[in-house]
Amino acid sequence: MSLLELFKAFFQIGMFSFGGGMAAIPLVQEGIVAQRGWLTMTQFTDLITIAEMTPGPIAVNSATFVGMQLYGLPGALVATAGCILPSIILVSLLAVAYTKYKEIFWIKGALNGLRPAVVALIASAGVTILFLAVFGTSEIFSGLGTINIIGLLLFVVGLFVLRKWKVSPIQTMMLCGLFGGVFYSVL
Amino acid sequence: MGKLWKLFLSTFYLSAFTFGGGYVIISLMKTKFVDEMHWMEEEEMLNYTAMAQSAPGAVAVNASILVGYRIAGFAGAVVAIIGTILPPLIIISVIFFFYEAFRSNLIVSAVLKGMQSGVAAVIADVVLNLSSTIVKNKDSISVIIMILAFVATFVLGVNVMVIIAACATIGIVREGLAVSRKEAAHELTGTL
Repeated sequence: MSLLELFKAFFQIGMFSFGGGMAAIPLVQEGIVAQRGWLTMTQFTDLITIAEMTPGPIAVNSATFVGMQLYGLPGALVATAGCILPSIILVSLLAVAYTKYKEIFWIKGALNGLRPAVVALIASAGVTILFLAVFGTSEIFSGLGTINIIGLLLFVVGLFVLRKWKVSPIQTMMLCGLFGGVFYSVL
Repeated sequence: MGKLWKLFLSTFYLSAFTFGGGYVIISLMKTKFVDEMHWMEEEEMLNYTAMAQSAPGAVAVNASILVGYRIAGFAGAVVAIIGTILPPLIIISVIFFFYEAFRSNLIVSAVLKGMQSGVAAVIADVVLNLSSTIVKNKDSISVIIMILAFVATFVLGVNVMVIIAACATIGIVREGLAVSRKEAAHELTGTL
């Protein structure tokens, strides 16, 4: 076990996590927990909980946590570098290609087809988070029993101030956090 | 220098508030870079999102590379990526030492629960803006793609990569048909 091994493990995770943050979870479980035993299953579930409660991509969060655990801060830096290096290489190539070739018909066509789909993907992520906030679960077909009034109210007020008064997104999120902190701990 | 520094501050600030996954930062980037700074068009931001989603790795990291490159070339990409990964790196390093206390703190979890509603509101706001642009373009196939993609991912749980591949294919076929139709029209007017 060495820094190089740590780098390699997270490079693989960065390389093969297609399809967003959640795609990294099974890869971390396979590569870090099952194969290398660098995390116990309990630590891994804890890690997903932390990743959900804090900002940042789950792969970067895992890399930092595992790196800290094994080698302290240098470990965290090496693991994070490993996990974002595939992105840096591939996406830089994409960025250059896009500026050069965006008028080629099949690239243009693909992007035309993808744009509405991207809106749908963002919407789906939003509805999932909304359900979590209001119903406490993202499973739409199984038991939307109890409605969390505070969660629903904060959402409605948040959306209102965003659209009506053009309050900035980050200020809106912080306001909801503040009121959530007061209401959820008092009630 | 002014622009790079601004880019670093923006990405750092946005990343520090990306609770709830990659699409949250996309929503924040859209408000910041398109609506507020006017550094790019809405359509470009959606193109970058599509590319960020199609490439491996975290959507937030990929999107920041694309946006950074668009704004200030390779230097911009480097600055944006550092700005994006520093907040989670710092936060997780700190939490690593305080995890037990952090997790069991009732006020922390109440604040985070409240922020969940705020995140949902932010995404809803951006989605309303983006989808109304798509509807206003009066291209019914785009609207249908949007609705079907939503049903596929949210209701049916279809893998995102499958949806991306399908929609890209539809787009390429449509563009190909449009190009050949235009060429046919050209030949027709040429012979007349």
